[in-house]
Amino acid sequence: MPLALNEEQRMLRDTARDFLQDNAPVGLMRQLRDDDNVKGYSEDLWQQMIDMGWPAVAIPEQYGGLGFGFVGVGAILQEAGKTLANSPFFNTVALGAAAIIHGGNEQQQADLLPKIAHGEMRLALAHEESNHHKSSRIECQCIIDENQLTINGCKQFVAEGGNADLLIVSLRSQPTSKSAEGITLALVDPKTPGITVKKITMIDSRNYVHIDFSNVTISTDNILGKAHHGLALLDKTLDHGRICLAAEMLGGAQAMLDKTVEYLKDREQFGRKIGAFQALQHRAAKMFAELEIAKSAVIHALSAIDHDEDLAMVASTAKTLANDTYRLITDEAVQMHGGIGLTDEMDVGFYLKRCRVSIQSLGDSGFHKNRFATIQHF
Amino acid sequence: MTDLTEFKQQTTEWLEANCPASMRKIQIRSEGVFGGKQFTFPSDDAKLWFDLMVDKGWTAPQWAKEYGGAGLSNDEAKILNKEMDRLGCRKPLIGHGLWMLGPALLEYGTEAQKLEHLPKIARGEIRWCQGYSEPGSGSDLASLRCKAEDLGDHYLLNGQKSWTSDGDKADWIFCLVRTNDEGIKQEGITFVLFDMDTPGITVRPVPLITGESHFCDTFLDNVKVPKDQVVGEIGKGWSVAKALLVHERTMMADIEKNMPKPKYSVDDYAKNYLASDDNGRLDDGLIRDRLAEHMMRDSAIKLTQKRAFEEGMAGDFDMRVATIFKYIGTEEKTQKDTLITDMMGMAGAGWDNENFSVDEQTKTHEWMSNKALTIAGGSSEVQLNVISKRALGLPEI
Repeated sequence: MPLALNEEQRMLRDTARDFLQDNAPVGLMRQLRDDDNVKGYSEDLWQQMIDMGWPAVAIPEQYGGLGFGFVGVGAILQEAGKTLANSPFFNTVALGAAAIIHGGNEQQQADLLPKIAHGEMRLALAHEESNHHKSSRIECQCIIDENQLTINGCKQFVAEGGNADLLIVSLRSQPTSKSAEGITLALVDPKTPGITVKKITMIDSRNYVHIDFSNVTISTDNILGKAHHGLALLDKTLDHGRICLAAEMLGGAQAMLDKTVEYLKDREQFGRKIGAFQALQHRAAKMFAELEIAKSAVIHALSAIDHDEDLAMVASTAKTLANDTYRLITDEAVQMHGGIGLTDEMDVGFYLKRCRVSIQSLGDSGFHKNRFATIQHF
Repeated sequence: MTDLTEFKQQTTEWLEANCPASMRKIQIRSEGVFGGKQFTFPSDDAKLWFDLMVDKGWTAPQWAKEYGGAGLSNDEAKILNKEMDRLGCRKPLIGHGLWMLGPALLEYGTEAQKLEHLPKIARGEIRWCQGYSEPGSGSDLASLRCKAEDLGDHYLLNGQKSWTSDGDKADWIFCLVRTNDEGIKQEGITFVLFDMDTPGITVRPVPLITGESHFCDTFLDNVKVPKDQVVGEIGKGWSVAKALLVHERTMMADIEKNMPKPKYSVDDYAKNYLASDDNGRLDDGLIRDRLAEHMMRDSAIKLTQKRAFEEGMAGDFDMRVATIFKYIGTEEKTQKDTLITDMMGMAGAGWDNENFSVDEQTKTHEWMSNKALTIAGGSSEVQLNVISKRALGLPEI
C-alpha cells in the first residue's frame, strides 16, 4: 500500500492547507467560542468547503462523489487539525458516509450519498453510553416488531449531534450474554417524536449532545446493514473514524510542534535563546521524531481504507500513536511556553483542550492497546 | 520491466539451485562470515555458499564488476535482496568493509585505491576495522589527537584508538588521524588506511559485559603509513568520516534488516514464557500493554523508512525526517530487547549453556550487546543534537 501521496492527493492537501490557513485560522475557533456559538462551526466556512467539493471527496463517483478515497479525507483533516478548524466534515464523512458506503442498501446509498456529497446532509454517530469509549457494550435498546423499530435508552457525547440532520444509532436489538451479538444500527431523524437532545459544553468548544430516546418508533427501512448483526459494520465505521481522527490530531500536533520550536528560537532567558538549551533541544527533537513515526502509522491506515484492507490493527495503531504523540507535544508545548502557555491569549491552550477530547473520542491508548493485544491473541 | 521480470526469475532459480539448505537456517553471530586472512568458515556449506556468491559478484551486488561486484542496478539489487529474504538465504559476507569503508571509498577514493581495496573486500580477502574513537574522544570525535607526523613520503602515527571492533581479527584499518592541530578541530583530520601488520601496532581486546571481547584498544607507536594511503584530501578526513558514519547509522537504524531473521517473534516470547488465561490473554497486564505498544511503534518505525523511500521517489520527501532513523530505530530495538528479557524472567538472565537454551543465551546476550546500538556510531544524545540543529534549526548550544 502506498505511503506517499500521489500528485492529486498532494494538490488536495496543498489547496486545503492554503484555504484553511487563510479562512479558518485558530482565531476563527476562538471567535466561535467567545460568541458561545451553539453549532461550534462557521456556516460560511462549511459552505465554502462544500463549494470546493470536500464532502464529496470519499463518495463513490456513481453517487455524485469524487471517488478520491480516504487518503484525501485524511489530507484535508490533517490541515484542519493544524488550525483547529471545525465543521460537520469529520462526522459526516469519516463516520456517516463510511457507514452508509459499507452498510447501506441500494436505496439508502442512492438516497443519502448524493446528499452528503453535495453538502445537503450532516450526519453524526450516536454510539457512546458512558465516559469511556466502548465498541460493543451497548445498552440503548431497540425492539424490532414486524416493520417497526422502537428505541429506548440514552446516548452520550454525540459529536456534532446537535447539528446533525440524521443520526446513526447503535442499538442492542437482542438481549444476550455475548456483547458481540444482537447489535443493530439504525438511521434516525433527530426530529422524531420521543427524542430529547441536551447540549453539553466540552473544553474544545465543539458541538456535543446527550440524546435520550423514549419509545421512539421508526420504520425498519431505517435499519443500516443487517439487523442483529451490526457489530462488524459498527467496528468498521468506528475504525474509519479512528483513523481519520488520528489524521486530524497529527495536524494539531504538527502545528503545536512548529509553534513551540518558533517560540524556542524567539524567547530569551539567561542572555540567550532558550532553544540553545540542550534540556529543551532534546525534548523538541523527540517530539519531532515521535510525530514522524505517528504520521507513517496514520497514512498507512488511511491507505488501508482505500485498499479495502482489514482495518482493526492499523486503526488501533494509528489512534494510539496519534493519541500519545499529540499528548506529548501539547503537554511539552505548554511547559516550554512557560506561564504564558497557560494564558487564554495564546493558542496553546486551545490545542491542549482539543487534544484531551480527541484522545477520549473513539478510544484512548489503553483501549486500543487492549484491542490490539486481543486481536493478536496475547 | 520484462528485463526485471526475467532477472527475478533467473535470480530465484539460481538461489534455489545453489543456496545450501543449511544456509537458509537461522544464523547466530558466531556463524557470521566476516572474511579476512584469519577467518575460518564455520562449515563447508558456509564456504561453498560464500564462494558461489563471490563468483556471481553478489556479496557486493551493486559495485561495478571491476571492483568485485555484479554491477546491478538499484531495482535489480532490490529484487536480489527480496528474493534472498524470501528464501531465507544467509548473507554470504558481512562486515565493516562491505557496509562502511566500501561505500566511502566509492565516493572519496582514487581509482587506484578502489581497484586495490574494493575487490578484496567483495571477495572477503581482507577484513577491515575502524579506528575512530580514542580514550578522550568519544561523542566529541573531532577532538581526536592520534598524531600523524609528515615525514615526506609517509606519515608517522602515534596515539591510541578505542573500540576498534574486531581489531584483533582485522587485516586492515581505516583510521582518523590528526595531521594539523591548529585551527578548527574538524579541519586537521585525515582519513588513512593501513595494514594491521605494520610494525608498531599493538592490539589488546577489551573484555565486555557479554563475556566477549570483540572491541579492542589499539596502540600506535611510530607506525609508518605511505601517503598514497590517504583517502580524500589531507586535512579533509572529517568529510569522509561523516559520509561513512551515514552508512554506519543507516545500517544500525535498521539493524534487524541486516541481521538474520530471528527464530521467534517478540510476541512468541510472551506465549512461551508467560501465563495466560483461557482466552489466551496474558495474566500480566503491564507486559501485555508494553508488548502491544512496542509492536505498534516497531511497525510505525519500519513504515517510516518505507514512507521516506516512497516520498523520495515521488519528490515529496522532507529531508529533515532522515535525521530521526538512527535515534528512533536503535532506541526501540533496545526497548524490545529489554521487553523480551523481561518476559523471559530468570531465563533472560542466564549465563551457562547447561541450564539455558541457545536461544535464551542469545537473547540475554543481545540485551547486553545491543546496549551498544544507542552509543556507537553517534549516541542517541548526539543524534538528538543533530535533529535539533538540522531538522528543527535550533541554535548552537
